[in-house]
Amino acid sequence: MRFSEQLEAKFNQLISAFPPGRERAALVPMLLYAQDEVGHLTPEVIQEIAGRLRVPVHEVDEVVSYYSMLTRKPRGRYHIQICTNISCMLLGAEQLLEHAKQRLGIDCGEVTPDGRFSLEEVECIGACCWGPAIQVNYDYHHWMTPEKLDRLLEELRKAQ
Amino acid sequence: MSKLVTLTIDGKQIQVPAGTLVINAAKQAGIEIPSFCYYDGLSLQGACRMCLVEVERVPKLMTACTLPVAEGMVVRTNTPQVIEARKAMLEFLLTNHPLDCPVCDKGGECELQDMAFRYGAGEGRFVEFKYHVPEKQWSPVVYYDAPRCILCYRCVRICDEGLGVNALGVVNRGVRSEIAPNRGDHLECDECGMCIDICPVGALTSGTYRYQTRPWEMSHVGTICTFCADGCKTTLGVRNGIIIRANNRDRSGINDEFLCIKGRFAFDFVHHPERLTRPLIRTLSGFREASWAEAIELVAERFEQARQQGGRIGLIGSTRTTNEENYFLQKLLRQGLGSNHIDHRQSGDLVSLLMATRGREGALATTADLYHASGILILGADLSQQHPLLAFQIRANYRHHRARVYVVTRGPVREDQIAARSLRVAPGQELEALESLRTELQGLPDLVVLYGDSIKGSAVARLVQWCDSLAIAVRYVCLLDDANSRGALDMGLVPDWLPGYRSLDQMNLQPGLCWEEMLESEELEVLWVVGANPLRRRHLKRRPWLVVQELFLTETAQQADVVLPAASAYEKRGTFTSVCGELQQLQPAAQVPGAKTDLEIASLIALQLGLELGPADPDELLGEIHRTVDGYNVDLPLVAAGAAVPTGPYPDVAAVAVRVDKIRSREDTLFTAGSLGQRSQVLTSVREAPGSLYRG
Repeated sequence: MRFSEQLEAKFNQLISAFPPGRERAALVPMLLYAQDEVGHLTPEVIQEIAGRLRVPVHEVDEVVSYYSMLTRKPRGRYHIQICTNISCMLLGAEQLLEHAKQRLGIDCGEVTPDGRFSLEEVECIGACCWGPAIQVNYDYHHWMTPEKLDRLLEELRKAQ
Repeated sequence: MSKLVTLTIDGKQIQVPAGTLVINAAKQAGIEIPSFCYYDGLSLQGACRMCLVEVERVPKLMTACTLPVAEGMVVRTNTPQVIEARKAMLEFLLTNHPLDCPVCDKGGECELQDMAFRYGAGEGRFVEFKYHVPEKQWSPVVYYDAPRCILCYRCVRICDEGLGVNALGVVNRGVRSEIAPNRGDHLECDECGMCIDICPVGALTSGTYRYQTRPWEMSHVGTICTFCADGCKTTLGVRNGIIIRANNRDRSGINDEFLCIKGRFAFDFVHHPERLTRPLIRTLSGFREASWAEAIELVAERFEQARQQGGRIGLIGSTRTTNEENYFLQKLLRQGLGSNHIDHRQSGDLVSLLMATRGREGALATTADLYHASGILILGADLSQQHPLLAFQIRANYRHHRARVYVVTRGPVREDQIAARSLRVAPGQELEALESLRTELQGLPDLVVLYGDSIKGSAVARLVQWCDSLAIAVRYVCLLDDANSRGALDMGLVPDWLPGYRSLDQMNLQPGLCWEEMLESEELEVLWVVGANPLRRRHLKRRPWLVVQELFLTETAQQADVVLPAASAYEKRGTFTSVCGELQQLQPAAQVPGAKTDLEIASLIALQLGLELGPADPDELLGEIHRTVDGYNVDLPLVAAGAAVPTGPYPDVAAVAVRVDKIRSREDTLFTAGSLGQRSQVLTSVREAPGSLYRG
């Protein structure tokens, strides 16, 4: 399979960045970029990357299953990740998560029927000073409250 | 010899070679450091943390399995801190480990049980629910029970490094980590079962052995595998005369713990329901069962007639009968019946090699040489399929000593993975291709050459000549098919030479008929087939009166006039000689009532004929072979003790006209083994069967 022109160029650069025989070092970034483009790691994507790096498919599976940021399941266009680690929890993350579930009508690990949102409870995202913190795709949102979350969801719902 | 390092372990000062790991240094000093993930010969893991020790002037506990010794190092393995650490590690391992020891296959021989018994805490503090996932079946022979797994990675490493298959990995993380097979929900691999035996706990279990018995209910019989020619020691677990499992966990034998699917699982042919247990005599309406006395009397009568007609009898012998049997059979025919029509299906041309290297010391390589040689040249053979132990040895040599491996074959083989150069040539063209390797091979201190059945006759002489021109030390292995193919050649079960490769002139004999000629010969009155299946793909219009000694009613036995039920190699005493020439003792494990060993049958016939051939007892015959057969003047007590003793040399190799077109390998894969393989349910049930050669 082929990826977009930009991604193909990025892959070529990544693979050539490592000495011959060590190309497998490019595995994690390649998976992450492929996931960003395709949405999730389909069997075809895994097969393709394994083939390009000459790594057995089951070794790629080991990596995919190890990292929680890599997923084989489709996610929503906006992947809402709510931190419930200690700082965020003390500042109300659990209520925030509960609110998100109700507002979106989905549980953690699920996708809204329109495919726009998915929800995940995550461990510390390194934003303890600004808790409760959430991450939507790669963007951080700080000092969240249920109201701020509602406004954010509304904006994202309208976004093209 | 690398330089020695002095260190102190538990107050004991010891000296070990530089580079030794602390865990092994301690072992040499008689101090046990417990571990799960450390396994001799595999890469280091440092996963289980059981081997933590205190090292002076190091602030934290260190893993003894990854720590090389250093001059003046002071190690303590029995301080309160170390003891506490071991308890804590075991407590961690046991948090999710199920308490199903009473029904676990490994119960009684489990390393985790042993460790908990010796080093564990008396009580557990864990009160949470255990994380549970159901057991999975990965293949007919491999099952995986994730909760029992302690994630030592031994299975992952042996499969990747030892076998070169790399069929196992670890998926997920934390408490959900588990071993996963290479095809998602099932395995596609050699089905060797190494992962099962190397597992320190009961996480990987054997499809054939699981829930059959408790380990302490079996007796354990160390014998030699009856399949390929590599001569692996297999320890059979036997209960009430029935073989229940095979492994080599005591690491005796030339194969250490290695066995392939045949050695580990394919013993089931022994107890196949179609095993013959009564002699059969042909009547007009087919076979009828007969007593041994009647059958032997009938056979001896026909043999006597053939003898009186001037030895008009031929013998086609087996590559799975013992040296003692083969020796006795050729003696019976040559001395007793006056016939030299003796042969078996030859699978490699060893005698040409012996002729070409006549008078040299150490021209033949041993199994150990494959591990130590700095160069390995493989000509015309798919070793991983046809000779799994030899391939395992070569991979270990590459892993540990960076051996230079050269492959010249007709198609891709697994050895390509570790090869310095791989060449693809048509069978028979191997020697022409060698020239391109000359400069590389010349740079090596020593070389072991393994050659398959495509190199025979004058090609063997040319090979030796070419290797001589390299001016380096070269040893050879002539690859042969079956467990005692080598012994059949050594014992003169051939029409062209006497035991020990002596000339036929010594008995004033002329070369006899080869086995294919015997089948059609007008000259023979009687044909005696012992453990071979020459009529597998042919039906004879005119054939001699046919006696067959067999385990099963094979295609040949079906055409016989008398069929005598024979015992398998797992039911008898005697010796086998491996492809690399190691002599090893067989021990009887199973009992199949009704069957007799080929030696016993032959001796009964001799007795009935009134022939004086000396004792027909395996031990006495080995003594006679030891005295009279060149190459077998070996240390017999060592053989009796279960060692693999190299045979040779052969000082008096006859000049033989080699029947080149009769030499060919059966080309078995890992999953086929002639008529025995067809009767092994395990071999035929794995999805990889029958497999094929030269697929890489």
